Amino acid sequence: MQLTLEFGGGLELLCDSVKIHNVDVSPNNEVDKFTMKDLLVWVRANLIKERPEMFMKDDSVRPGVLVLVNDCDWELSGQLDTPLEEKDVVVFISTLHGG
Amino acid sequence: MAENHKKAAGRLCYLCNQRRAALKRPKTLEQICRECFYEVFEEEIHQVIVKNQLFKPGERIAIGASGGKDSTVLAYVLSELNRRHNYGLDLFLLSVDEGITGYRDDSLETVKRNEIQYGLPLKIVSYKDLYGWTMDEIVKMIGLKNNCTFCGVFRRQALDRGAALLKVDKLVTGHNADDIAETVLLNILRGDIARLSRCTSITTGEDGPIPRCKPFKYTYEKEIVMYAYFKRLDYFSTECIYSPNAYRGFAREFIKDLERMRPRAILDIIKSGEDFRISTSTKMPEQGTCERCGYISSQKWCKACVLLEGLNKGLPKLGIGRSRGLDNNHRKDVKQSNGTKNIEGKQCGSLDF
Repeated sequence: MQLTLEFGGGLELLCDSVKIHNVDVSPNNEVDKFTMKDLLVWVRANLIKERPEMFMKDDSVRPGVLVLVNDCDWELSGQLDTPLEEKDVVVFISTLHGG
Repeated sequence: MAENHKKAAGRLCYLCNQRRAALKRPKTLEQICRECFYEVFEEEIHQVIVKNQLFKPGERIAIGASGGKDSTVLAYVLSELNRRHNYGLDLFLLSVDEGITGYRDDSLETVKRNEIQYGLPLKIVSYKDLYGWTMDEIVKMIGLKNNCTFCGVFRRQALDRGAALLKVDKLVTGHNADDIAETVLLNILRGDIARLSRCTSITTGEDGPIPRCKPFKYTYEKEIVMYAYFKRLDYFSTECIYSPNAYRGFAREFIKDLERMRPRAILDIIKSGEDFRISTSTKMPEQGTCERCGYISSQKWCKACVLLEGLNKGLPKLGIGRSRGLDNNHRKDVKQSNGTKNIEGKQCGSLDF
């Protein structure tokens, strides 16, 4: 499944300062839906190169990290349970830097 | 378009009931669309400005601009509202160059772009010009401990001095609701009653030369970042290379955890701060002026002069920590070198409140 992931607000520094990643994630099995919960596990394992605690806390993003799926706040689509589909765009923005 | 997913299809904006909802407001938990969000976000800030009479027509206003998300959104929204509602304000961007290579020099580039994008004149004041030291030089001398104290104390004064150079009537800063809730907590944790009673005021320093105000006092950080993202505003977001303020970071994380469970918590902490009544038997520091530079100070010398004296004499620990934390040698040195009896170090000025 092809996804576009975007990191902003300083989070890009955790993945080699690259903001936009076009990735191909393959669900473990074809039956279950691939959700945001699965994506976070994948991102942590494959994209985050340093200080993963800046990105995640327990099994979700760290509080203060905003997530948008297709430009829509993930709080509207079920957060970790948000199902992902081919060509979805997922944006992570940290709010934790100075203003 | 890929946006019309089934998972989002049922969610219509709570306000217009026409367009697809794009975010959940932390303040109200309403699910609203982008267009309605812009409208309520801007209108709420306008109402805060009007209700608190933050500005008068014809005033010159400096916007403290770091290039970060809060001050960038503030500069954008304030110039919009100034036009839309005919505030009649002359707006300026005011930036401080602390002299931090690889951090401030990059963020100042953002502010220079904002100058052009928003058509607001920009003034930059530097630590080097004002104090003779850059933060890079200070860190070289004192190391990575307490450097945030120097930076915070110097920045506060630098903004005032820059505002005086611009001859503005007021200085506005981008402190948001999350910042203020965090500062309420920190001041409680430190027992700093003077700052606790001051830190929730939307306007401070009205008795001084340049009052400061915080139009984002009730604006959630989440909404500021969402606004900047949806509007594709150009801001800079890198952590300062010189160690973050760990204690403040702790309070910040606590606030963010609370927000996740109950977003209202942020406004409620601000409310608690506002409604605190200080017992009349509590001794409050008296506000005077610094004998050396004339800046406001509750002590004989202002904190910046004490810190600067330490730097120039090669005693960088001077003025760090509370007075009871100063060891006898430093105390003696203070007495000998300038005859002052009462130089008290107030804890960390990097709060900017």
